[in-house]
Formats: sequence, C-alpha cells, structure tokens
Amino acid sequence: MTAALETAANPTGLKRVVIEPLSRVEGHGKVTLLMDEDDHVQQARLHIVEFRGFEKFIQGRPYWEVPVMVQRLCGICPVSHHLAASKALDQVVGAHALTPTAEKIRRLMHYGQILQSHALHFFHLSSPDLLFGFDSDVARRNIVGVAAQYPDVARQGVLLRKYGQEVIRHTAGKRIHGTGSVPGGVNKSLTTDERDELKRDIYQVVAWSRDAVHLVRRLFEQSLDTYRSFATFRAHTLSLIRRVGAMDLYHGGLRARDADGRTIFDHVDSDHYWERISEEVKAWSYMKFPFFKDLGADDGWYRVGPLTRVTRCDFIPTPLADRERREFLAFDEGRAAQATLGFHWARMIEMLHAAEAIKDLLHDDDLLGKDLVVKGERQARGVGVIEAPRGTLIHHYRVDENDQVVRANLIVSTTHNNQAMNTAIREVARQYLDGRKLTEGLLNHIEVAVRAFDPCLSCATHAMGKMPLAVQLVDAEGAVVDSLVRGSA
Amino acid sequence: VTAPAPVLVLAVGNPSRGDDAIGPELAARLEAAGLPGVEVITEFQLQVENALDLEGRERVIFVDAGTGTPAPFELRRVHPATDFLHTTHALSPEAVLATYARIKGSLAAETWALCVRGEAFELGEGLSPVAEENVQAALAPLVDLCRLRDRN
Repeated sequence: MTAALETAANPTGLKRVVIEPLSRVEGHGKVTLLMDEDDHVQQARLHIVEFRGFEKFIQGRPYWEVPVMVQRLCGICPVSHHLAASKALDQVVGAHALTPTAEKIRRLMHYGQILQSHALHFFHLSSPDLLFGFDSDVARRNIVGVAAQYPDVARQGVLLRKYGQEVIRHTAGKRIHGTGSVPGGVNKSLTTDERDELKRDIYQVVAWSRDAVHLVRRLFEQSLDTYRSFATFRAHTLSLIRRVGAMDLYHGGLRARDADGRTIFDHVDSDHYWERISEEVKAWSYMKFPFFKDLGADDGWYRVGPLTRVTRCDFIPTPLADRERREFLAFDEGRAAQATLGFHWARMIEMLHAAEAIKDLLHDDDLLGKDLVVKGERQARGVGVIEAPRGTLIHHYRVDENDQVVRANLIVSTTHNNQAMNTAIREVARQYLDGRKLTEGLLNHIEVAVRAFDPCLSCATHAMGKMPLAVQLVDAEGAVVDSLVRGSA
Repeated sequence: VTAPAPVLVLAVGNPSRGDDAIGPELAARLEAAGLPGVEVITEFQLQVENALDLEGRERVIFVDAGTGTPAPFELRRVHPATDFLHTTHALSPEAVLATYARIKGSLAAETWALCVRGEAFELGEGLSPVAEENVQAALAPLVDLCRLRDRN
C-alpha cells in the first residue's frame, strides 16, 4: 500500500517547493514537493518533527508526578495525556479496576476534552474550508470569516468549546494543569452544585452538536464530486473497541481492520500493543512510521482517529450519535465514509456522542461519590491507551523500586497517521498540483488534506512573534525563484 | 453573580518550555502583588473561548513571551484583526478581539499586549538568565498598567 511519489526516481534538477510554518518551536509540519520543468510533481512528503526530549523530561521523576507533567507536552490535548498517563500508572499501583466514581469522573473529563477539541476543530479549521471552499479568498477563509457570515455557527462553536472546558475544570480541578486524575483513581468528585451547573446547559450542547452534524451533511450534499475524490485513499485502520463492539473512547481492546472492513485482529489486549505494532524509521522523516507487524512495513500502515472510530465500531452507545453514524455510513452509497473529508463529518458525530455521554453521566449519582482511589500490588510497568480526539494514544512507563520512571514511550495519534497523511498529500499533489502553476489556493488543497487529520504539532508554546506560513519555490541550485508568505500571529 | 474584575491579565505560556514560562511567571508575580480589581488568568495558549473572558472588563492585558521581538519587552495597544492561522493550535490577541467583536457585536475593552522577549524554548528547561532579567524589567510597567491609569 505504499504510495507512489514518496521518492522521486531522479531528483536531480527538480524544483523544490516547501510549505512550512516558520516557528522556533519543535513539532511543526512541513510539506516538500519536487517538481520538474513542466510542473509535474515527482515527489511529495509531509515532515512532522516528533516529540523530542520527552524521555528526558519524564525519566527520573516520581511516577505520581507524571499525569500532571505530561499535560505540558501539548497545549491542545493535555487531558488526553493526563488520562493516558493515569491509566498506565493505574497498573503500576496495582489498580486493575477503578471505583465507579473514579472511572465516571475520568470519562466525564475525557468526553469534555473530546467535545471541546472537536468543537474547536470544526469552528477553527474545517468550517472555514468547508463553508467557503478551498480556493476562496484567504482573508475570508478563517474563523473570523465564519463568524462574519455564519454568526450562529461561530457563536455555537465558541460556546461548545467553553462548555467542554467547564467540564474539564470541574473534573480536573483547574482550567489548565489539572490534577484530577491520579494513579489509582481521581482526587475529587463533583459537588451537587458543580453537577447542577453542568446539567443546566447540556441539553443545548446536545442540540447544537446535532446541528453541527447536520451542517456537515449539507456541505457534503452540496459538493458531492469534491468530497468523493478529494485526497481519498484506501487504508487499514486501528482503534479501541469495547468488548461488545461499541465505540469506546476511554477504554477497550485494539481492533484492526483492512480497507474493506475485514478483521486483521480484534479485541487485542492494548497492554500488549507492541506484539502487534512496530515502527519504521525513514531517513527523510523525523517521525516514525508505525505498521502492523503481521503485514510488514510496506503494507501494514494504518489510519486512526474519528473517521476510523465511527466507521469501524459496530455501534455508538448513545442513540442520537448512532443514528447519525448509520446515516453517514449509508450516505452516497458509503462513499462519504471512505473520503478523507469524511473525517469532518465523523468528528461531529463523535462530538454529538460526547455531548450525549456527558448528559448521561450528569444523571448518574456515582459522580458525587467519595470512594475515589484503589491500590493493589505494585507493578514495575504500565501501559495506558486512550482514544484522544485525533486518534489512539499510547503511554508506556517502567518504574523502578524507588518510584522513579526509568523508561517512557509514547505513540501519539499523529505518529499513527504519519503514512496516511503522507498518502493524502500525495493524492492531492497528483489530483490538483500536477502540471499546474502553484497558487495559494492550490497549495491550500494540501493544507486542507492535512487539516482533515488535524495533526498535533506539539506546539505547547506560542510566543508572540512570527508564525507565518511560508511557501518557497526553489530551483535545482537552491535559489528561491518564488515565495508566498501569509499570516502572522 | 459577581461582576468581573475591571482589569483582566491573560498570561500565555507553557511553564515547562524554557522562556515560554515568561507569561505564567509574570502572572504569578502579579498575583503575589495582590492588586485589587485585577483578575489573572493563565493559559497554555489563546483560544476562541478566551473571547468570553473579555466580557465586562475595562482593560485587558495579554502577557506573552516573544521571539525576535524588542528586548526587554514591548508594550502595545491591540486591535481586532483577522489574521490567518493554519492549525487549531493558537490564536493571536488580535484574533481573540476579533472573535469577541463578532460574537458580541461590540468591541472589547481597551486592550494591551505586553510581549517580553525570550531566547530559548526547549522542553524541560527553566527561564534563561536573559528572560529572567526581561521579566524583572517588565513587572513594574505591568503593575502600573493594571492600576487603570490612563495610558492613551
């Protein structure tokens, strides 16, 4: 399944195009294209710099500090790291089953994270592209453009995100750097006042989330040809799955399916992920390329995230989201569910599921319980796997007899999707850029493909300064013959 | 329901990434000063919901680290602007103001940005000596600005 265009047959003399957000911070993406004299694309690669220094950051620390520390790896999904680390360290403290209150508080926190992350993605990234088109005026194709023309969508996006943040604040203890989840459980439950405050708005949140699903559906209906073909490719998939086949974003076994939906493996104990998954290193990329061991590096790569989870579960265990899932799968004879832009639709279905799950939990008195932590026989290692907003997230730690972390390994969703994202941009290069003069609108097609995955760029730091997106066309001698720069923060 | 504090300081930065800690560090020192009528919020990075934090304020001050910006710091007025970013990962103060204007239908309060220059932003590092000096230099002007004296 390795796509063509990964490596040019003869790179000498080709023009090099770089699409690169210039920043001092590690972890940003860069796209390079090699084009020949006639503007035919000969090579397309997405480079994302993986977490550096993570092991150094964690090693030598007491294990109980880790769930709080890892939130500083990412400013966008700190709760996912907080919970994945906690799940791994549950095993270290011998907590093989949490109390009902602890598990439900953690799930509530997780659904709040899913809700706020997906709302931000739709409002901030996908809706400008989808509402205005990929070639529209760049000054309009941003969140403020959405707010100007679709004020209700913009307002709801902000308020949905705010609601998710409030769920996190009440469960994690703080707006950022929360401490709610600890090895073996949680350190706080909800008060009646906190629960009632969240209950007040949850029905509106569910309604808005359903409206967002319907909005994406209308956008698909309006541009069937584009969505059917844009950056579409076949891929194996990986996700967590509950024993009964239900979507479960917090806990489950590993399910791998091929592009036709046939089982590769199912309900595999996620603690033993390394028996099924390996990682390939390629000289041109800082980020590794994971693959299913049984299929090998060339054929075993896969895709994770909302599109995988929604299409590969047997059902979603909340009624409104499951109805939307079935309509998504049936739409256009199943083509939307195979489209790269189907990520956006699937993401909104998950947002609706998260809203419904929050509503159900807020009617469960276990959230008010006082039995918060369990511990058992101490273990030397622990693995925590969770479905983060962008896909499967694995934390793996080894702890010595002095309670210090001596080994840490992380596989984030962006790493799982490395080959899939590369394949997507090669499809775009082939479809839209080959043989044409480069324009901002055309280059935006590449970004649209990347944005569908919304890779985590590890940029948990954002000083004021320059953060433009620069595009350079460089000739064979390395001289810049043309450039495009837009936007600065 | 209590009215929001008239002055909001929105400090941005990740305390575990070297000089990106400038924002949280200044926020901590400002909170220790205990100025009346001032609310301090610390964030990893600005996002759309921060527009809601601006409601009911008389003055808003964004505090952040800068790279390649004037040393030791730059203090400037901020106005709504429709800048474009290509990820979900951050908003500029200008974009937060623009989001506020669109969803509220009015302009936010008088807004300033205090941008303190940093030099090194590696994961796991503390403030660099230069950043520490710049933080010291920026604290007094920040306190002064929080006192709601006319800066126009």
